[in-house]
Amino acid sequence: MSQLLLDVNGLTMQFGGLKAVNNVSLYVKNRQIVSIIGPNGAGKTTVFNCLSGFYIPTAGSVMFKGNDIAGLKDFEISRQGLVRTFQHVRLFSNMTVIENMLVAQHRHLNTSLLSGLFKTPSYRRLEQEAMERAVYWLKEVDLLDSANRESGNLSYGQQRRLEIARCMVTQPELLMLDEPAAGLNPNETKELDELIIKLRDEHEISILLIEHDMGLVMGISDHIYVIAQGTPLADGNADEIKNNPDVIKAYLGES
Amino acid sequence: MGKLYNAIFSAGITFVLACLMIGVKLDTDGATLGVTGATPEQWAWIFGGIALVFFSQLFSDQIDAAFRKIPKPQVSHLIPVGDKMTQLKPWLMAGVFVCMVIWPFMVSRGSVDLATLALIYIMLGLGLNIVVGLAGLLDLGYVAFYAVGAYTYALLSQYFGLSFWVCLPISAGMAALFGFILGFPVLRLRGDYLAIVTLGFGEIIRILLNNWTAVTGGPNGISGIAKPTLFGMEFSRKSKEGSTLFHEFFGIDYSSSHKVIFLYLIAVVLVAFVIYVINRLMRMPIGRAWEALREDEIACRSLGLNRTAIKLSAFTIGASTAGFAGSFFAARQGFISPESFTFIESAIILAIVVLGGMGSQIGIILAAIIMTILPELAREFSEYRMLLFGLTMVLMMRWRPQGLVPMKRPVLELK
Ligand SMILES: Nc1ncnc2c1ncn2[C@@H]1O[C@H](COP(=O)(O)OP(=O)(O)O)[C@@H](O)[C@H]1O
Ligand SMILES: [Mg+2]
Repeated sequence: MSQLLLDVNGLTMQFGGLKAVNNVSLYVKNRQIVSIIGPNGAGKTTVFNCLSGFYIPTAGSVMFKGNDIAGLKDFEISRQGLVRTFQHVRLFSNMTVIENMLVAQHRHLNTSLLSGLFKTPSYRRLEQEAMERAVYWLKEVDLLDSANRESGNLSYGQQRRLEIARCMVTQPELLMLDEPAAGLNPNETKELDELIIKLRDEHEISILLIEHDMGLVMGISDHIYVIAQGTPLADGNADEIKNNPDVIKAYLGES
Repeated sequence: MGKLYNAIFSAGITFVLACLMIGVKLDTDGATLGVTGATPEQWAWIFGGIALVFFSQLFSDQIDAAFRKIPKPQVSHLIPVGDKMTQLKPWLMAGVFVCMVIWPFMVSRGSVDLATLALIYIMLGLGLNIVVGLAGLLDLGYVAFYAVGAYTYALLSQYFGLSFWVCLPISAGMAALFGFILGFPVLRLRGDYLAIVTLGFGEIIRILLNNWTAVTGGPNGISGIAKPTLFGMEFSRKSKEGSTLFHEFFGIDYSSSHKVIFLYLIAVVLVAFVIYVINRLMRMPIGRAWEALREDEIACRSLGLNRTAIKLSAFTIGASTAGFAGSFFAARQGFISPESFTFIESAIILAIVVLGGMGSQIGIILAAIIMTILPELAREFSEYRMLLFGLTMVLMMRWRPQGLVPMKRPVLELK
């Protein structure tokens, strides 16, 4: 068996008296789409925050590509190739689409100040490459026509796609999406579905997905984890989850 | 109802403050301390002021509406856009530069001197603009870096006899170093906390300069700081030990205005340099990162941007600009003391940035000119300088909160 891309064991996050995440373990292999589902307030976003370094977990280990990343700074983790989106769109809304894509490549463009001030050839080349990568990914998410528009003026669906493109341009190996389909219409959801599958099959990355849209989750996930009130409830493939009595009870009890 | 409450509250505060500050005075009468009340005339002024505060609060909506009706200059329409701008820009810049160079030969010495001062404030405003306007970090102790630059040149010149041109980059570097050392622990703080710490830092530097008498001369300051030279030529009437004099070299009569004009020209060149650097920075990845960090710090972190390093770069570059201005200031004055670097200087520079329109370079240049020339024009009001200053700020914030010329970002276009 190949090495696990992400290997989370016994992850716990405590806020005062509240255990928002309690002893969660999850695994992601290369080129897999793995989903986390659970009722609102179950602690899904908190798991993301722990994995991406926004919170330092109270306990547990997070191994990414064989290295322990629990406790590393957020920007160090994303530089290792683990990048996330947020439940609410977080674009640089006063900047244009292409500028959003360039900011994301900041560390690839991080040349010395002097070479930038004097526009040395090596600086120009790096900038050119960054531009080409940006154009490539804008094409992939069908936003190239809007490249010079202010990102705050895009439609909601376009903003969601830009967010994914902005992550992809950093060349991640694991992309974590927090409710990417929330607020999308059925058409846009279908496009998102196709995009996620394309990312896995053509770009060979893995995706960890939090989503409420069961149609989307059941259709594309290689593996599904269910958590309720911070605690793991079940895991398995779509069919196993659909027929799991605990899961059915948790969801019916909630809604 | 809320309006009335607000008005009464504000009037009450005005009353308490006025009573404490103007209403009663402590007088030493020999060895005894006596309390004297204000004169009836002063009381009349105090109550007039309270009435003004009361009614302006009560009718603040109407007043705001009236302010909104005052026409605002639409500067952005005057600036041509797109291709026309890219064609015109080099000519425009060259024209402005030539005017700046020719102008001092046609006006009085005093005007040139004032213009030099304005240029120093332009430099300071542009530098602080990097920190406040572009990176969004509120720095209330900016004058500290100005002081570091000035003292670096003064001390190096006095103790080691180094020339202005050698010290200029050293001063900038020294100020940058101080910015780095202060910024490293402090930039984790946000907003108000950062403002307080930088405010404290500004005071610490001033007090240090004031008390480290052995090196800095304490409150007496440092005098006789060498003036800049032109390729080693001095601008004085008599040479010291065998150095060439400017007027002798060119075989013209000595004139004290040569020196003033020379200093002015140096300031023009320094400002042009600073403007060029900042313009490049704004178009470089680092400039975009400042902007992005101001808009959404969390998104930046998730994309692998090291926010401490990015903020630190803004802080350091801003500080080095102040160091630049500081060493030039020391050279121009020939004399510096801690008096020149009080908090009020920081406040004026910040006011320039805010009045000009945060982030906007043209706005800041305008504001810096206004802030240096207005006090000169209103000499007879010099006692009320701070009062006028406050009033201008209040009126500006009512009329045009986004500043004289609101910022327009250089937008990167995909061709
Ligand atoms: N920073 C925090 N401080 C305190 N409680 C938090 C914090 N972040 C999340 N929580 C709590 O953790 C629980 C899980 O929240 P969250 O992870 O956002 O749920 P989900 O994303 O599954 O809807 C909630 O009860 C929430 O109030
Ligand atoms: Mg959530």
